[in-house]
Amino acid sequence: MRLITHNMLSCNIKGVANGFPLKIEAESVIEKEVDFNPDFLRHMFAKIEWKALVEAARSLGYSELPEDSPAAAAEDESLLKKLHHALLELHLEEGALVCPETGRRFPVTRGIPNMLLHEDEV
Amino acid sequence: MSEKPPPEIADIMRVSSHREVYEPCDDSFALVDALLADQTNLLNHNPNLCMEIGCGSGYVITSLILLLKPKLPNNNVHYLATDTNPLAARVTTETLEAHGVEADVICTDIASCLETRLAGSVDVIVVNPPYVPTPEYEVGMEGIASAWAGGENGRSVIDRMLPVVDRLLSEKGWFYLVTLTSNYPSEICLMMRKRGYAWRIMVQRSTEEENLVILKFWRDRDEESLEKEASSSASFASEFSRSLSSFMEKQQR
Ligand SMILES: C[S@@+](CC[C@H](N)C(=O)[O-])C[C@H]1O[C@@H](n2cnc3c(N)ncnc32)[C@H](O)[C@@H]1O
Repeated sequence: MRLITHNMLSCNIKGVANGFPLKIEAESVIEKEVDFNPDFLRHMFAKIEWKALVEAARSLGYSELPEDSPAAAAEDESLLKKLHHALLELHLEEGALVCPETGRRFPVTRGIPNMLLHEDEV
Repeated sequence: MSEKPPPEIADIMRVSSHREVYEPCDDSFALVDALLADQTNLLNHNPNLCMEIGCGSGYVITSLILLLKPKLPNNNVHYLATDTNPLAARVTTETLEAHGVEADVICTDIASCLETRLAGSVDVIVVNPPYVPTPEYEVGMEGIASAWAGGENGRSVIDRMLPVVDRLLSEKGWFYLVTLTSNYPSEICLMMRKRGYAWRIMVQRSTEEENLVILKFWRDRDEESLEKEASSSASFASEFSRSLSSFMEKQQR
């Protein structure tokens, strides 16, 4: 799973109000190179929760993203390159996602987060 | 002039498998045929975010990525695939990898963990749901049975999916759905009509066991016609069967 997807995931256990963002416990991270596509990034930038991405990237060992959401990201090529790397090239392979409200852990195995809920959670 | 190369879809020899995971079958092929029939439109549609719910072997999502790839390389579109069966999720990642394409696969019920953040954001959703009419208790059981068991009229899971799909689809979003005639697809179309969608039959195919109808939905905010059509489900059902028979006639020609 890449961080673009992590940024779209929340914990929806019944009654949980703030299931986003899920904290990442990383055990294994891999990098895969992807061709840079600024148009796609500009489009996605609008949908990204910046703080969640910065935090997520840091938990995968990448700390190059600026703390605050950059106002002029669309024109800043070097920033777009960092965004590209953080969103599309880092893969969480093994580890867990943790609900910020309940502490419930969702395992990530071979890159696949298991977000299935137990019967008493739905 | 050189002949057009055959459209690229997933290669059945490279689709991974597991005895607990649904293998590509007539329904899967019919859904991919519907996507192929709509390939030009899909390319012009220029989606940013596409999702398959219930990805099974990964045959359909891989085919979708491949058939968009000539004009929309993998790094132009973000692809997501979900399944409740962890083995299916794993097999899907293997199938994707065998074809050298990327999608993120998540184990979740329908799109439960994505609904909050992706409301109004998904441009294409494809679903080949568990649609076989079965006793209700078979729905969602562990293992392979959950791949087909659809409860009463095969509609248990489909009917839960429709509001989720409505929530996720972007303003321009498209939704492709596999149904059987025994699912009462006209009712499904009417339910979607009430949510503001127009519909179209993309593929109709009768096999030995089943009568498949692949539907496509898109938002159509023509309130007036919406009210008129939704007013009587009986007239809607007959409109549906007219569409179906004219589609079958066209096919025979
Ligand atoms: C008919 S199979 C289709 C598989 C594959 N998409 C294809 O066309 O070959 C239905 C798939 O939906 C999955 N499924 C069943 N219920 C589901 C649910 N509530 N949420 C997500 N996936 C589900 C099953 O595990 C199965 O893989």
